[in-house]
Amino acid sequence: MDLYAENVLDHYRHPRNQGTLKDATVSHAEKNWSCGDEITMHLRIEDGVIRTVRWEGTGCAISQAAMSLLSEKLEGVTLKKAAELQQKDIFRLLGVPISPRRLQCALIGLHTLKNALRKERGEPPHGWMDTAETDSMDGATFGT
Amino acid sequence: MKLDVEQVRSMFPALQSKGDTTPPVYLDSAAQSLIVQASLNAVVQFETSRANVHRGMYPLAEQATGAYENARRTVQPFLHAAHPQEIVFTKNGTEGTNLVAQSWGRANLQADDAVVLSILEHHSNVVPWLQLKREKGIRLEWIDCDKQGNLGQEQYRQALQKKNVKLVTLTGQSNVLGVRPPLKKMIQLAHEAGAITAVDAAQLVVHYPIDVQNLDCDFLTFSGHKIYGPTGIGVLYGKRAHLETMPPFLGGGSMIQWVEREDFTTTDIPTKFEAGTPPTAQAVGLAAALQWLTQYRWEDIERHEQRLFRHAQDILSAIKGVQILSPATASGCLSFTLDGIHPHDVAEILSQRGVCMRAGHHCAQPLHDHLGIPGSVRLSIGIYNTEAEIDCVAPALKHAIHLFSKS
Repeated sequence: MDLYAENVLDHYRHPRNQGTLKDATVSHAEKNWSCGDEITMHLRIEDGVIRTVRWEGTGCAISQAAMSLLSEKLEGVTLKKAAELQQKDIFRLLGVPISPRRLQCALIGLHTLKNALRKERGEPPHGWMDTAETDSMDGATFGT
Repeated sequence: MKLDVEQVRSMFPALQSKGDTTPPVYLDSAAQSLIVQASLNAVVQFETSRANVHRGMYPLAEQATGAYENARRTVQPFLHAAHPQEIVFTKNGTEGTNLVAQSWGRANLQADDAVVLSILEHHSNVVPWLQLKREKGIRLEWIDCDKQGNLGQEQYRQALQKKNVKLVTLTGQSNVLGVRPPLKKMIQLAHEAGAITAVDAAQLVVHYPIDVQNLDCDFLTFSGHKIYGPTGIGVLYGKRAHLETMPPFLGGGSMIQWVEREDFTTTDIPTKFEAGTPPTAQAVGLAAALQWLTQYRWEDIERHEQRLFRHAQDILSAIKGVQILSPATASGCLSFTLDGIHPHDVAEILSQRGVCMRAGHHCAQPLHDHLGIPGSVRLSIGIYNTEAEIDCVAPALKHAIHLFSKS
């Protein structure tokens, strides 16, 4: 299946939940240094549940589409459930094969979310190694 | 030897078809060139009957030392250095720059001394100086470029007039724009202002003959893996007078004369800067690559590569939406952006068609900031490339435009 599937390109061209959030309870930004993808995520959290998600970003189609797809899934999700999200969930959302070289593109949204949630808990941010499970990729591409 | 591109291609293992797999269209030689068979053979031959250099009292060890020192004596005339002792083997060009910063720089630069550098520099010629800025409070004086990549010569003259300018460090050829600063003139001006000079020749060295005595640069660095040789080897050229007075860089075996409990003395150059077991097979492999390359005339290499560059320019400028960043006078590489499509996506779509090209900031973030773009796509040329390979780029770019233009 092609990386630039219609679903991916649609989310890239028409990103969902993009923008700022005045009453955000936590905001966090991450950058993918190798290619310059940037995501800033704003969350409004009430009673342990993500009520509103807005995000701003620049970058390649994969990074922006993955963030857009993720944002659709987050509203109404408990913090516990959100913290449990893994890279395989992002792959499932994208539905296209992600090669190792595009791993960080695909996961920058998840990485931003994880560190936003850590910030909300008063914890320091973690590095990429804790978000991306590169050891399970073995240089192969992931199907759906 | 006459430069016959098909014959050249036959000497690169990576360009041979294996069964049903066709070789890649490799247009990323500015990041790393392919390795030539002669270099690979030399590496394998050395490792097959290897021994450590400068140590063992047996013939095999003697041969190893001979092979390593012969490699040095191959690099020396390649750069037109006056003495073999002026050739220091490093792990890569980056290590060479770091050696200059950490050895010469730490010994000779104080707070408020200035290093002049250009906006074209690769991170490897930026960060070592930023490290000294952090550590010692030195100043960096940046020389900007115009849209064509020309460094501001008036700005340069003014920078040289500022106080305590100790070093000017410049790339010989930009790894993004492919422009070549007027090195000889700028080096002369630096010397007149009382500064010494360093040249990052990582890109230049494979496209243009270098004569360090004619340039009169004080230091020059390059990497083996960008000139058809193996990874893990680089060269630092330094004028003998500098190398002799500089403190050592890394400490360990080989670089010492005598070690006691409380102190040590260093050995002579260049070994003073080659602590530990050196990348011996890689040095031998680099020498083989240089011998292979120099069997061709530089005029022929330049003519071939200029033809490829112009062809790339023609192909790209004919595609609507392509913004070429490199000027017509550039060499070796050509960077561009594609309206509305992230460079990473462009490179991905090229790769789906077997075309290997780099996208991103190419380790030159200050330059991309200066140009006001997050990244670019780079087509870079090696001696083995053909016009037919460059032709493969156009349909891939058109496909990318088509894919991303749908609303």
